Amino acid sequence: MTAPRLSIEALTAISLRDGGKPILRKVSLAVGVAEVHGLVGESGAGKSTIAKAMLGIIPSQVRVTGGRIAFEGRDLLAMSGRELREILGRDIALVPQDPSTALNPARRIDAQLTDGLRLKRGLSAAEARRRARALLEEVQIRDPDRVLRSYPHQLSGGMRQRVLIAAAFGLEPKLVIADEPTTALDVTVQKQILRLFRALQERHGTSVLFVSHDLGVVAQICDRVTVLYMGKVMEQGATVDVLRAPHHAYTKALLAASPRYDRPDSGLEPTPPEVIAALQAEIARFDVGAAESGDG
Amino acid sequence: MADDLLVARGIVVAYGGTARRGTAPTVLHGVDIRVGKGETVGIVGESGSGKTTLGRALLGLVRPIEGSIVFDGSDITALDDNARRPLRRRMQMIFQDPMSSLNPRHTIGRILIEPILLHGLVTDRTTALKMVHGVLDRVGLSRGTVERYSYELSGGQRQRVGIARAVVLRPDFVLADEIVSGLDVSTQAQVLRLLGELTSELHLALAFISHDLSVIRSVCQRVVVMREGRVVEQGPCEQLFAAPAAAYTRMLIDAIPLPAVDPGWLTRGSAMEAAATA
Repeated sequence: MTAPRLSIEALTAISLRDGGKPILRKVSLAVGVAEVHGLVGESGAGKSTIAKAMLGIIPSQVRVTGGRIAFEGRDLLAMSGRELREILGRDIALVPQDPSTALNPARRIDAQLTDGLRLKRGLSAAEARRRARALLEEVQIRDPDRVLRSYPHQLSGGMRQRVLIAAAFGLEPKLVIADEPTTALDVTVQKQILRLFRALQERHGTSVLFVSHDLGVVAQICDRVTVLYMGKVMEQGATVDVLRAPHHAYTKALLAASPRYDRPDSGLEPTPPEVIAALQAEIARFDVGAAESGDG
Repeated sequence: MADDLLVARGIVVAYGGTARRGTAPTVLHGVDIRVGKGETVGIVGESGSGKTTLGRALLGLVRPIEGSIVFDGSDITALDDNARRPLRRRMQMIFQDPMSSLNPRHTIGRILIEPILLHGLVTDRTTALKMVHGVLDRVGLSRGTVERYSYELSGGQRQRVGIARAVVLRPDFVLADEIVSGLDVSTQAQVLRLLGELTSELHLALAFISHDLSVIRSVCQRVVVMREGRVVEQGPCEQLFAAPAAAYTRMLIDAIPLPAVDPGWLTRGSAMEAAATA
């Protein structure tokens, strides 16, 4: 096995607001070259804290107390702001959740797409514009010249998300962090965006950390998956194995709660109280162990 | 088939006030829908389909420029606010975002008690509080919740308050507009279970608006598929999901990612989508 492109090792974080309550509990996961890795969990699981830690935008009330995030062997957490900024955009790019707020409303699309190409790739203004146009064609925008001239509010949500995907893949990054990139979209648009995303990822051999709450989306787009609950990894493995034969009670509960149109009589199962109690006990045992070993 | 409770025919809604001169954008183009007594009907569609406007028209929150709405045998299409008052108790709504539909300055107790007094179900606060305790027990919230504020509750708890506020008035018809779209799946399962139990216990007719066909399939007996202000197709869930008549319905169903690996899913149906969206 070749070295993973991204390796998160025993990442641990606490909330400074809630008296040092753990937010991440020794999270480890590896994303290989050209692998799409799903990071799935419900609210409060710590998915976005992990993404923020990688981007160097940890909120002030959160402190990382242990572990590392190694990108091609270099710890992102140990880098200076300057070093990290150099890598972000060039080697690591983000596809954000909400296409309506991620673009600057006061600037035309061409300005927003060409910034990175000029700053990170050193292209001239004319070269950058040609490249931006080609990128929009690559994300199957039929009228790239019109879109380049447009302001974000003149585009639909799906079109804006295509622009953001073009921006993320535009610098040919090695790793893309996709943070719930289709949550705000209609299902038919979501499907088109997922198809496009996967095609681009395969063509460029990009590694992806795909953050999602939606097991259905994860099933269709991720090669491997990590299931997170209260900041702790509950289960990880090949998506096909985890979803077909989940080992952990939490994964089973998530699947049982998910409605399926093809199985109307199963699904929507509330998690039994004894399962919730067992999950909480598992978390408590982990915290006791972490405190005893002095690194919690 | 259940007796009709709510029957809307040929509903046309345009926003903007100059509708009769034809300049206001029409958002509903003659929609027919019926909800039987005790029946749960799903209304599904993507953004811009008009599903929320249809719900608002059914409750009289927007006035259609054409068409008729008959509730329990009476035509309520043209009722003014005064004439509509007795209906308000019988037709309730649960909102999408309980955070913005519950007044943050009022305790949950006040939010639940005031409509009971306003609609004259009882006249004294003590009896109203008893009713509130009863409904809190039923929706799985502690009685102490009456002292709390909406921002102190979780999303699932707030949505239980929304359900409690609707059902405590003993309505015949409830409109639920995207009530689980912001919730985690485990919370969603609890809220939908509760709603299902209550509709059958109280023999409620429910119009359940959602963008999520998997949820609709699990919750509803019949479904109405909308697109761009028109009904594309409607029918019993079992039949519509097994053999959708409209290409658009087929496309909506095929767009749902199921939580099981399906290697052909991403590429399947791309030609039909191109045709349907062209």
